[in-house]
Amino acid sequence: MNKYNPPRMNPSSLRSRFATRFLRSLSKINAKKPTASSSSPTEIFRRYRRIKVAADKSMAYSVRSRRTWSRAMLWKLRTRPCCRRSVKTSTIVRKTRHEKQNKNTTTTTGEDGVVFGVEADELRELVPGGEAMDLYNLLDETAHYIKCLTTQVQVMKKIADFYSP
Amino acid sequence: MSGRRSRSKQSSVSRITEEQIADLVSKLQQLIPELRRRRFDKASSSKVLQETCNYIRSLHREVEDLSERLSQLLASTDSDSDQAAIIRSLLM
Repeated sequence: MNKYNPPRMNPSSLRSRFATRFLRSLSKINAKKPTASSSSPTEIFRRYRRIKVAADKSMAYSVRSRRTWSRAMLWKLRTRPCCRRSVKTSTIVRKTRHEKQNKNTTTTTGEDGVVFGVEADELRELVPGGEAMDLYNLLDETAHYIKCLTTQVQVMKKIADFYSP
Repeated sequence: MSGRRSRSKQSSVSRITEEQIADLVSKLQQLIPELRRRRFDKASSSKVLQETCNYIRSLHREVEDLSERLSQLLASTDSDSDQAAIIRSLLM
């Protein structure tokens, strides 16, 4: 069998870092499947959960702690109730204190006035770690978060298309 | 002297912050496909934020749908290292 040499891809791009991590997680998830009931709806749902978590985790790890949203997401993933790894209490205490410090809600009036605040609160719920951000950081983090989400979707789409019959 | 300095510093900081926020809002507008078509027409900040929320929600839904699709597809395949290399090349 001829060895397939894939053309070089920029190894440090977000896209390739995410793709490599996610593919690794997918093969791990695939290896775990019980052969008997791999197509039962329960198994499929369980695998769906694992894949979704793997996708979010892969993206957050690819960004590391360079962004507030990725730090918040990594923390959220580590403290999931089903997570077997034990979480150091010191991390949790540090996080709560950090959150309390940033709780100063800035009601910035843009050119559109007070209405700005309501939509910003909605946005805060969607972006990980948004509750503790002021408006400037929230907008900055949102832009990066959207870029990463679109990369995630593009890569997942290509993988799904590859496996489709 | 120090009072004048601090007053001018305060007003210049608030001016820069508003401008920077307006910059970020227009940067967001370019990222959202709905609003990117209206490049010549600057959308209001609240509209940009609204559309941003909708766009993020739709991206979350897409991730969920793709995860579901992948979980069904993986049920019928066995991935191996060769396939991983092929996929990586497709992702360029």
